[in-house]
Amino acid sequence: MAKILRFLFFTLIVRTVVLFVLGLNVRHRERLPKQGRAIVVANHNSHLDTLVLMTLLPLKLLPKVQPVAAADYFLRNKLLAWFVLNIIGILPMKRTRANRAEDPLAPIEAALNQGHILIFFPEGSRGEAEQLTDFKTGIAHLAERCPDVPVIPVYLHGLGKALPKGEGLLVPFFCDVFIGEALTWTGDRLGYMKLLGDTMHKLAAEGQFPAWE
Amino acid sequence: MNTLALSPAVLWSLVGVYGLLGIATLGLIGLRHWRPAQDTTELVQRTRSWWVMITIFTLAMVLSRTVSIVFFGILSFLALKEYLSIIPTRRADRRVLFWAYLAIPIQYYWVGQGWYGMFIIFIPVYLFLLLPLRMVMIGETRHFLRAIGTLHWGVMITVFSISHVAYLLVLPGDAAAGGAALVLYLVFLTEFNDVAQFVWGKLFGSHKIVPTVSPNKTWEGFLGGVATTTLLAVVLAPLLTPMTLPLSLAAGLLIGLGGFIGDVTLSALKRDIGIKDTGGLIPGHGGLLDRIDSLIYTAPLFFHFVRYFYY
Repeated sequence: MAKILRFLFFTLIVRTVVLFVLGLNVRHRERLPKQGRAIVVANHNSHLDTLVLMTLLPLKLLPKVQPVAAADYFLRNKLLAWFVLNIIGILPMKRTRANRAEDPLAPIEAALNQGHILIFFPEGSRGEAEQLTDFKTGIAHLAERCPDVPVIPVYLHGLGKALPKGEGLLVPFFCDVFIGEALTWTGDRLGYMKLLGDTMHKLAAEGQFPAWE
Repeated sequence: MNTLALSPAVLWSLVGVYGLLGIATLGLIGLRHWRPAQDTTELVQRTRSWWVMITIFTLAMVLSRTVSIVFFGILSFLALKEYLSIIPTRRADRRVLFWAYLAIPIQYYWVGQGWYGMFIIFIPVYLFLLLPLRMVMIGETRHFLRAIGTLHWGVMITVFSISHVAYLLVLPGDAAAGGAALVLYLVFLTEFNDVAQFVWGKLFGSHKIVPTVSPNKTWEGFLGGVATTTLLAVVLAPLLTPMTLPLSLAAGLLIGLGGFIGDVTLSALKRDIGIKDTGGLIPGHGGLLDRIDSLIYTAPLFFHFVRYFYY
């Protein structure tokens, strides 16, 4: 039942909002993953980011797509928890560890091993609208543990204008999506983080965005 | 009565449009066959987009008058969204932009009701007074003038101007069918004028007309385009409009000249912002505003011209 609701939610509501109310300009669409065992990483400015990334992937992959999201924020009440777990289909991740033995990346690794495509926001939270904040190193730890999983960087622009953090009113804007080449594990975390950061800035530089102050 | 009883003239004109498109497509296939070395990617994309656009337009015109009006409303929405996405905006104004979007269903509601008085003053008077007030209520004064000026200009070109095409559908007189014929006449001649100016310019263009704004535009393209459009306007007028020969001659000149001004006006905007296309909605053409830039001028000009003389 929840699976049908999820399918309907994404075909009818999410696609209408993302493709008609907003509208996307997608650059390098061919670089998106075509099957499971992949991680899509993107900058994060809005709740819409997840919905846009999920719309970019073909519907037949929907059962395999899982956004990784903060457990403390999205599971804070029962109704929201039901919605995000069953309809959005998030993979909840704990941002703080209960004890040193706990491994927050274990569920993510398990999902990848089931052939899932994960959506990951290395900034950790949405931050100020339309500003790129530093990436946290969680993604490097993950890449180190699963070096054969392609990591596809995506730069999103405009969604922080349409629905920034703390706002409930959606204002339509065309949004830009720049998809990068899949990254491969570099052998060390620091080098990997630098590669990811540089790739994101290069993707951002492909676009020309009007002022928003 | 909601469905459009389309006159045979309108249907035959649509057939004619598809005929022209068919000829252009065959020509393109021939070109690809005889000159395979030539890069025709953009021409193919453009032609394919024309098929899609003309089919959507035909459906919108044939299904019912309500569908036609909603279609132009959607066109305004997409155009305003494209405009607001390329110009600088202030984050404080999110809610003001939302009000600007709300003006679209309201403006097209007046069109649907055929309430001319409200249709013609709603945006230039009421929205013109309301939007700055809404900005003042938010209280951000930095770049206030730029923000209100650019927003109102955008609503004027994308909503007010374009809604004039839709109002042709509800003009009183010999029923809705006449309105659909006028829409077809205006839209076809406007788009034809764009193509004609482009082709004349490509073939004979040498003297630049507005070099600082649009360096590819030439006097030859402009004059040749206006002449061809005027000729066609005179030929089609008895079929689709109530206009007499001298008036259709004037209407043709108005559309040819207006279309050119709309085109270069949007070129000036793009040059100021530093972009080539207003978006990527229509493959081979660019954005929606790139496609309807001429209509921004021709729609109100032609509308008030026929309305003054015939309605």
